Amino acid sequence: EKLGLGRPALPEEVAAWNLDVSPDGTGLPDGSGSVEEGDALFADYCAVCHGDFAEGVDNWPKLAGGAGTLADKDPLKTVGSYWPYLSTTWDYVHRSMPFGNAQTLAPDEVYAIVAYILYSNDLVEDDFVLSKDNFLDVEMPNKDGFIIDDRESAEAHFWKDEPCMTDCKETVEITMQAAVLDVTPEETKARKVQEMMDATNPANKAGDAEAKTEEPAAADEAAAAEPAAEETASVDPALVAEGEKVFKKCKACHQIGDGAKHRTGPILTGIVGHGAGVAEGFKYSKDMAQAGQDGLIWTEEELAAFLTKPKAYMKKTKMSFAGLKKEDDVQAVIAYLKSFN
Amino acid sequence: TADPLITEVQSWASGTGEGVDATPYGMPIRFETDVRRRNVEWLTADTISSINFTPIHALDGTITPQGCAFERHHSGAIEMRKQDYRLMINGLVDTPLVFTYEDLERFPRENRVYFCECAANTGMEWAGAQLNGAQFTHGMIHNMEYSGVSLRTLLEEAGLDAAGDLKDKWVYVEGADASSNGRSIPMEKALDDVLVAFKANGEALRKEHGYPVRLVVPGWEGNMWVKWLRRIEVTDQPVQSREETSKYTDTLANGTSRKWTWAMDAKSVVTSPSPQAPIKHGNGPLVITGLAWSGRGAIKRVDVSKDGGTTWETARLAAPGEKMALTRFYLDTEWNGEEMLLQSRAMDETGYVQPTKAELRDVRGENSIYHNNCIQTWWVKPNGEAENVEVS
Repeated sequence: EKLGLGRPALPEEVAAWNLDVSPDGTGLPDGSGSVEEGDALFADYCAVCHGDFAEGVDNWPKLAGGAGTLADKDPLKTVGSYWPYLSTTWDYVHRSMPFGNAQTLAPDEVYAIVAYILYSNDLVEDDFVLSKDNFLDVEMPNKDGFIIDDRESAEAHFWKDEPCMTDCKETVEITMQAAVLDVTPEETKARKVQEMMDATNPANKAGDAEAKTEEPAAADEAAAAEPAAEETASVDPALVAEGEKVFKKCKACHQIGDGAKHRTGPILTGIVGHGAGVAEGFKYSKDMAQAGQDGLIWTEEELAAFLTKPKAYMKKTKMSFAGLKKEDDVQAVIAYLKSFN
Repeated sequence: TADPLITEVQSWASGTGEGVDATPYGMPIRFETDVRRRNVEWLTADTISSINFTPIHALDGTITPQGCAFERHHSGAIEMRKQDYRLMINGLVDTPLVFTYEDLERFPRENRVYFCECAANTGMEWAGAQLNGAQFTHGMIHNMEYSGVSLRTLLEEAGLDAAGDLKDKWVYVEGADASSNGRSIPMEKALDDVLVAFKANGEALRKEHGYPVRLVVPGWEGNMWVKWLRRIEVTDQPVQSREETSKYTDTLANGTSRKWTWAMDAKSVVTSPSPQAPIKHGNGPLVITGLAWSGRGAIKRVDVSKDGGTTWETARLAAPGEKMALTRFYLDTEWNGEEMLLQSRAMDETGYVQPTKAELRDVRGENSIYHNNCIQTWWVKPNGEAENVEVS
């Protein structure tokens, strides 16, 4: 009945992929890490999205807090308030984090980061060291907070067979309208394109309608970019201050200014106008090193292109950052970098 | 007056159109650019870990074209070549195996149509009417014909004797992308109808749906349909990964949470008229249409109400309901500018009747996030426009 397809998986292949960790600790590697070590690692790798104290940034997940809120109107579900098993945290950090650079943390680093997350949830003291040996001793507050799907009993009354067809209600009133909240995304762009097409003679070439819609957008962008460029030329202090905020996203990997050291990314002091890929003591990607040898200079224009979409600018750059979406943020962060020249 | 579109010779009736190969792989005609996936930006922090919505308000029939079928990524849609694809089966099996893509194509193949619904579909509507459009309230769903190999076949190829009694065993499935999305599936389901699929609607899966290989878990929440499937591990306990503990669990009003709520309950929605598909044609004949589905089996019946659930009439099913697949329903009716509070109510072959929002809240509260299968209400106004509302 077997077809004899496939080949036996080698032990080292299974070991490379079979990384999941179960609640009873199955799959945990040897190792340990302290809250103190975790604090530093968290600042480097996690704080950009999850905040210095695991409190979350913007819409990124909050990892700490929320104790006792699960029955509230808006429960705050965190590792401390909601997650039933510590193994889930370890496994997730190990296999899926840091976001954009997953599967790069060593087991000791994962133990340390998990220890710090526990600490930020007030579940352990600041001198705590998490290891394979004490892993199962950690009490997760919501471990008993889950029940297995009981819809078939708790909702047995939804199996009605013959529902009401007439006179099912005495009165019907509208109690809530989505338009009042007004949070539905606008369909403007597609709709405008559609309207323009409807309005134009269908015999027109497709390119005409597209060009008409794209022109104003392109003009807007150019208009926005021009004054920003002028401001950077004179280093506007307000823009530098804005840039300092944006630079928080870079801080996980880059240092700048007095006492800066290479971290995941190279020191950025003096980078504007400087040659690419040549900072001493930093191991660049092959492509970045090559670009430097070929004479790439980090002019404001080149930096802006790189920071907007690093991987599009240089496919094999080691920088795992996705890019700054807002033109204003790019200009601001360049102004900030420039202030260290 | 005579219609110049008829009385005058039009350019398309006189000149020639495009030759073959003008578009070697075709896209919809430019007049249909409005029919596309849409994202709700405020829902998530970044599109890399986000979801968008199928334009169900603009589609008909039951098959979702791949190009507008909703996407859900946890770490972005990755690009993997077939040559680089490997699928490992390990754990409690007689021989841990590695398959290439070509190996998979040599197993006996099945073709099946199934819906895939994100557990969070309609999740923004728990606390009240929020998003104005069937695409946004119900668009985390698609329905495709999958070609692939049954998971049972692959598990048997590796041999399950080593697993002993299969009753309490699990299959952990994991994706190859950086999110390492993994879910534990009870062995009974794994051996029942789960597919390891590599084609959808006749062609290769799209990148955003897990090219080259994804899992298809009929009737169960979309998160379990692991994309870029790279590993299948037979275990003696559930892994309790992030996506089966911290997410995809349903918190009840008292603060306890349901886990392992895998099956998608019976559900339906009127896709037209709806907020994005208003009535524009004035009085007279009106086709009310929508979709119904159930993760527990086939749709048996759909009723439609025009008065907010006071009276109901049974709609016509375009075809008899199929297990765990979308069913299209129609109510061919007459409309003369009267206000309607349009609802649809699905029933499946198990006798389950789609509940009202109030009935669901009575059991689950408002914090479940997932598995909201309540009856939806569209308020159709005298001018033909429609709005998402809640009724008493």
